[in-house]
Amino acid sequence: MAKISKLSPSAATKARDRVTSQKIVAMAETVAKRALSGKEPVVSIPARTRSNTIWNKRKGILQMGDAAQERQLFNLNQAKNFMQTMLHSSSVKTLIEAEKTLSLRGMFYKGLHTVAGTKEKTFADQDESDGILEDLEVSIGALREELRIFAKKAGTIVGNVTLVDSGDEIDCRHMGSGGYAIPSIVEPDVIQFKKCEAEFVLHVEKNTVWNRFNEDRFWEKHNCILTEGGGQPPRGVRRMLRRLNEELGLPVYCLLDCDPWGHYIYSVIKQGSISLAFESERLAIPDAKFLGIRSKDYKACNLSDDVQIALNDNDVKRAKEIAAYPWFQAHKGWQREIEGLLTSGFKMEVESLITKDISYVTEVYVPQRLKAKDWLD
Amino acid sequence: MSGTEAVVMESSKRKSAQDHPQIAGTKPKRSRGATADEMADRQRDISVSEFFAKNRHLLGFDNPRKALLTTVKEAVDNCLDACEEGAILPELSVIIEDLQPDRPASAKSSRYRVTVVDNGPGIVRKQVENIFGRLLYGSKFHRLKMSRGQQGIGISAAGMYGLITTGRPMVIHTKPGATKAAHHIELAMNTKTNRAEVTLDKETTDFPPKRFRSLTAGTRSLAGESGGFLDAAVYRHGTCVSIELEGRYQRGRGSVDEFLELTAIANPHARIVFVPPSRVNDDDSDTPILAKVEAGAAVVAAVTTETQGVTVFPRAVQELPPEAKEIQPHPRGIELGTLLQMLKDFEASDHGTLFNFLRERFCRVSAATAGSLCEKVGLSSRRKVSDLDPSVTEKLFDALQNAKLAPPPTDCLVPIGVRQLLAGMLKGVRAEFYAASTREPAVYRGRPFQIEAAIAFGGELPGDETARVIRFANRVPLLFQQSACSSFKAVVETSWRNYNLQQPRGSLPIGPLVIMIHVASVWVPFTSESKEAIADYDEIRKEMRLALMECGRKLGTYLNKRQQMQRQGERRDIFERYIGEVSKALHDIAGVDTKKVHDALLKQARAHTAAADQSLDVDGKVVQEQESPDEEGIVVVQSAMPPSIERPTKRTPAPATLRPAGTADVKKPRKSADRDGPSLF
Repeated sequence: MAKISKLSPSAATKARDRVTSQKIVAMAETVAKRALSGKEPVVSIPARTRSNTIWNKRKGILQMGDAAQERQLFNLNQAKNFMQTMLHSSSVKTLIEAEKTLSLRGMFYKGLHTVAGTKEKTFADQDESDGILEDLEVSIGALREELRIFAKKAGTIVGNVTLVDSGDEIDCRHMGSGGYAIPSIVEPDVIQFKKCEAEFVLHVEKNTVWNRFNEDRFWEKHNCILTEGGGQPPRGVRRMLRRLNEELGLPVYCLLDCDPWGHYIYSVIKQGSISLAFESERLAIPDAKFLGIRSKDYKACNLSDDVQIALNDNDVKRAKEIAAYPWFQAHKGWQREIEGLLTSGFKMEVESLITKDISYVTEVYVPQRLKAKDWLD
Repeated sequence: MSGTEAVVMESSKRKSAQDHPQIAGTKPKRSRGATADEMADRQRDISVSEFFAKNRHLLGFDNPRKALLTTVKEAVDNCLDACEEGAILPELSVIIEDLQPDRPASAKSSRYRVTVVDNGPGIVRKQVENIFGRLLYGSKFHRLKMSRGQQGIGISAAGMYGLITTGRPMVIHTKPGATKAAHHIELAMNTKTNRAEVTLDKETTDFPPKRFRSLTAGTRSLAGESGGFLDAAVYRHGTCVSIELEGRYQRGRGSVDEFLELTAIANPHARIVFVPPSRVNDDDSDTPILAKVEAGAAVVAAVTTETQGVTVFPRAVQELPPEAKEIQPHPRGIELGTLLQMLKDFEASDHGTLFNFLRERFCRVSAATAGSLCEKVGLSSRRKVSDLDPSVTEKLFDALQNAKLAPPPTDCLVPIGVRQLLAGMLKGVRAEFYAASTREPAVYRGRPFQIEAAIAFGGELPGDETARVIRFANRVPLLFQQSACSSFKAVVETSWRNYNLQQPRGSLPIGPLVIMIHVASVWVPFTSESKEAIADYDEIRKEMRLALMECGRKLGTYLNKRQQMQRQGERRDIFERYIGEVSKALHDIAGVDTKKVHDALLKQARAHTAAADQSLDVDGKVVQEQESPDEEGIVVVQSAMPPSIERPTKRTPAPATLRPAGTADVKKPRKSADRDGPSLF
């Protein structure tokens, strides 16, 4: 069952680094050449916008279109971004040469200094820096891990699977109450699957719900893998889910809140997001299933009035937007689901099931749904 | 003024009321009412002078402060008119002496002697009494010609006011020619007879009067220079009028100072020296409205200067305005009463036919038109005017009103002119941007008129106050009743927001702005005899608005351009700031030559922000005219620009031709500054 990368980690990394480095140098040389020949220096950056996002119906994922924006130095709105792109390119090259990785926050500090002759800082805050790094990824066609940048850990895994992380064997059945934190980079050269007996993956929205399942040893009783992504799952968690799904053939069930945000998280896991559309091929899980919470559960589970949280204007707006997503629009089940949410006028969190019984969700709700194959996909 | 000549008032109607008790004893039944005979005894002519003596406010003598101003104003108007008619570049000295310098501080008014000296053609001896001693005597009332005064009331009314308040006669020195003798005449006006009584009449050699030259430290200093103050070589002929009056000298709005400042703006061809009284009223906290420069300070153009209290408004242009032509009235502009009067006047003439009347007494009536007009009223063209009966006259009036006629000729109008307007504004207002425009002549009620407007923006003008409107009619400043004036309404109606200015709804724009409006006409329609506001004719207001819009557009364009320059400067700043970082990063990544890339990028940045250079490449000139032909009629003073625009210079190596701002203000002797202002135009 376990698949292990053919290349040894260090050899694979070196080859990857060489390619990335070449891409960066090529970009810089183009800019310099243009400058010296009196042409405006520009960097072409594929547009990470909604209009440049294409819904690939056949693959069931969101993909980035061909539209690109030219980032110009001699444009008042882009001059600073252009400069920042150059700074980060230079930082990445330094990282590759030093064979080190940095966090997003680390990159912010790496590029941060005062512009010569002024009091202006190169980056106002980390958000500015993060945006530039995403631009750089799409611009030179290298992924974040290829740029040797990682995000902070924000996801947990536990269950019937054994991994090898940078040479260390991790048996996810023996992770205590905290679980194993999913790293930001989970590419095969970092993490390999050694052994897996689980039959499916249950992904829950947040840590509190995950704790409930872990404490009740749900993964043991139902022979599965239990993950959480702290709200909208970061790239590392999504990539891990995708690998579990693709390489180990495990179905992925999602247990999320019954609100537009929960629906959106499901959409991102399943089809990908607009801002990371270029990564959908690697991240999206088109056959991921939405287990709950469903709008019908209020009646089906006989919940009390107390669990209702009224929809605000923003929720309503968001729900309507989501209903209009092409993949949801063509799906009658989802149209009914969102319609149900809007007509009921309230949302429900996974935790609302606790009003029935502390372990209702792990002992009754999920097993019943799985058994009845009652989900949306 | 129509009808003032015919004023008859029963002024002494109640005069006998005190006598009644005595009469009452003897004839109780007739205590009320008088017989027609008795009434007839009391009814008599009232002289115009007498009427105005009692209604002095109608002429602008409402209070001591305004009386002083009006006196100066009437004298100055007369002097300028006289000089221009005599084709002489006007040279005026206005001297106000305080005759009660040791009055208590609480005194509301004081006695002043106002003296105005000009270098005009002077006055023939026998005309002196008529000109200065009679109301409604003058050369200007009976003709349609553009001039400052119109009715011939001004100076004699001032003399009369002086006589009433101080009992002192008017003193006149006049020298009608360089080789002719000067006369010293003193006259007091008899209000009953509307005639002047001469109290002193002698020949004198003292012209211009020498005693003024040593009046104050300022006059002594000025008189030391050639042509500085009352130089006999300049005043080879002319007139000097002195009037003593009860008045009040105070600076600020509506003051003598403001009047002269504005007069100097509208009359850039005149040189005016003003010697104010030694003592101003104690509660005077107002500061002069328009800027003055300390004499001797660096000046670039002909600007107003002050030497130890004496203000000199220099001559900013060297040529006289062209002479205004006199025209006959246009048929469209007359009223029935006027027509009747004109017909009566014409009866006396020996060729008094209707045809000749129409041809000679109107403008724009050709022989053919005159013939067809005669036909229209059903009369032969040879019919004597004296034979017309009233019904025909009325018919004739209608025919005249409806006749298809060319508008009146406009060569009778003499606008100040764009160049002169700019020179005048430049002299009196310290601003950054000046624009002026002169409209084509237009017609209201058959009378031709022409509107001019000018604006000054920025510089030392206060930025957070409403704009100041300065108004002129035939080059005479209008100081009062601003909001009743057509020009004020035109300013309010103009949408200044279109030109990047703030303007609250229904009011003047806000900003560092002076707006000037000038109405030139053979007959300026004032709302009252004191000539303070222009009546609100649609035609006039429309022209005013169009003139203001022209200036506004120029200002708007300029402000846009200035903003663009500022933006470009900022842009360059930003580009150049990042170029260093970019070229260093490129070096770190690809090993390219940092300096080469830097220079190449800098070159591109400069090209991208070329507009910023426009402000930088000033050839040391402080005042520079825009060259493109559609921007005529504006002047920009670079040194008065806000400093933010000049900021980019700090980061840019100065081109060899660029001199630091201010060096152009080389110290020049003040006199030559009058003449060699920079070539503005």
